[in-house]
Amino acid sequence: MTPPTVVDNAVPQGRVQSTPMVTFEGVTKRYGDAANPFVALDGVDMTVGRGAITGIIGRSGAGKSTLIRLVNGLEKASDGRVVVDGTEVGQLNETGLRGLRREVGMIFQHFNLLSSRTAFDNIALPLEIAGFDPAAIKAKVVPLLDLVGLGDKSASYPSELSGGQKQRVGIARALATSPKLLLSDEATSALDPETTQSILALLKQINAELGLTVLLITHEMEVVKTIASHVAVIDKGRIVEQGPTFDIFTAPRHETTRILLSSTVGTNLPEWLRTGLKAAPSAGDRILVRLTFFGATAFQPLTAQLVTEIGGNVNILAGAIEEIAGEPFGTLVVAYPATPDVLARADRFYAATGLSTEVLGYVA
Amino acid sequence: MSPDMLFDLLWKSLLQTLHMVAVSGLVGSLIGLPIGIFLATSGKNELFPAPALNQAIGLVVNAARSTPFIILVVAIIPFTRLLTGTSIGTTAAIVPLTIATVPFFARLVEAAIREVDKGLIEAARAMGATPMQIVFKVLLAEARPSILLAFTMTIVSLIGYSAMVGAVGGGGLGDLGIRYGYQRFMPEVMLAVVVVLIVLVQLVQSAGDALARRFDKRNRKS
Repeated sequence: MTPPTVVDNAVPQGRVQSTPMVTFEGVTKRYGDAANPFVALDGVDMTVGRGAITGIIGRSGAGKSTLIRLVNGLEKASDGRVVVDGTEVGQLNETGLRGLRREVGMIFQHFNLLSSRTAFDNIALPLEIAGFDPAAIKAKVVPLLDLVGLGDKSASYPSELSGGQKQRVGIARALATSPKLLLSDEATSALDPETTQSILALLKQINAELGLTVLLITHEMEVVKTIASHVAVIDKGRIVEQGPTFDIFTAPRHETTRILLSSTVGTNLPEWLRTGLKAAPSAGDRILVRLTFFGATAFQPLTAQLVTEIGGNVNILAGAIEEIAGEPFGTLVVAYPATPDVLARADRFYAATGLSTEVLGYVA
Repeated sequence: MSPDMLFDLLWKSLLQTLHMVAVSGLVGSLIGLPIGIFLATSGKNELFPAPALNQAIGLVVNAARSTPFIILVVAIIPFTRLLTGTSIGTTAAIVPLTIATVPFFARLVEAAIREVDKGLIEAARAMGATPMQIVFKVLLAEARPSILLAFTMTIVSLIGYSAMVGAVGGGGLGDLGIRYGYQRFMPEVMLAVVVVLIVLVQLVQSAGDALARRFDKRNRKS
């Protein structure tokens, strides 16, 4: 593997998380005219940590494409400030913007490679644009081809490459001018799950080796869960929740986050169980509880203890253990009789072990 | 007519046609290319936004394209005379042919450039490219196969148009066909002219197709 020499301004480990790479302050974006305005972004406040991988997740039409395009000035904010590494994007003229864009790489859902250029020449394009001479271009492009694992595809045209290979070319192209920030616009949304994982692994590797800050937008929770250390959830032009990915995913506070998460994280109740669920208990009902394990509790044999504590009358309805932002996270849905003494014993057990619980309802 | 005479006439007329088509095709396309690029990039929110000028030029191009060629030939006689000193002959015929080529080729170039994926323009902007760099490094490079096909189509159309300039003594194959084949009742001349034209158009089209294919990397089989 090529040593990480392509980025000259790699951030030393100690400075990670100091001043943010990108700050959005009260950013609003309106399209259309005064009579017929469409508000794409509505007072967005957000920071993107230096050296981190930050994900912005939302459904289509939530405003995430607009948000990421404000960072390199492809779109202009109607109100508010977007600051990239100390520079306010809105204050830059065209020349200033072009300078900024050479320090901010971008990759796209549909790769946006030139069909008339080989892999090598596609990666060379941003360098040609920046005025590098052929020798300097070659010295930059060859290691980049190796970095993305396409050393043997230098002379291939995009039509001769698979989707994953095209995105690798796109990534190498985005890194050509040694940017300090990489913007990823749904970079894996056109790829199959296996290829998605390999591209995410590459982004993670680049982030670690080059100290490159990555800001990605996606509608796939899986992407955020796999590589983002921080996440912001956007809905109808507003950031509804942001923070470390693990915290947001294990304890979502906003409805949109819950809906986005329901298919990815933890366990879903089977249909037959959900339809029979009641909000209040009647005599003889069983209580349904979702237990969440993370950190230290993820590795303890708590299920066995729970069964012992409550007295054997527990059944397990669903469960899963997964990894979120590199940390183990488990969920278990259990049911036991909703009688006062059992509930009291269970609560004592939860309090003693620090398990986090959520009562889902009652079933007959 | 003896075969030698027929061959002589055909050869002379073919050279006149080639002369007219080559000069008007090259000059007309060279003028039409930048106009086509402008038409494709000067709309609202495009690379060189100038919607008013875009519409004005679009209007002129449409007007020129909807004027029947034979009327254009006659209508611009004063201009032709100003430029070439005469209004008859092969050189004079080049003027209306060139003028007809410009809007024709410009519209084809515009269409070819508009076919280029908008995502490529965005990617180039995100790299910090200037609008000019986007035109030369992205749009023209990506549209090259289509532009080559457009040029081929222009040349083929010009071969057809050049048959009409016989009306102003332009000479060429079409003129030969009308004067000998039709007016002097010599069907063998007419047949020979048609055969030569068919072969000529075939050659131009095949050459254009081959060239366009050479530059088209969009559907390459590895």
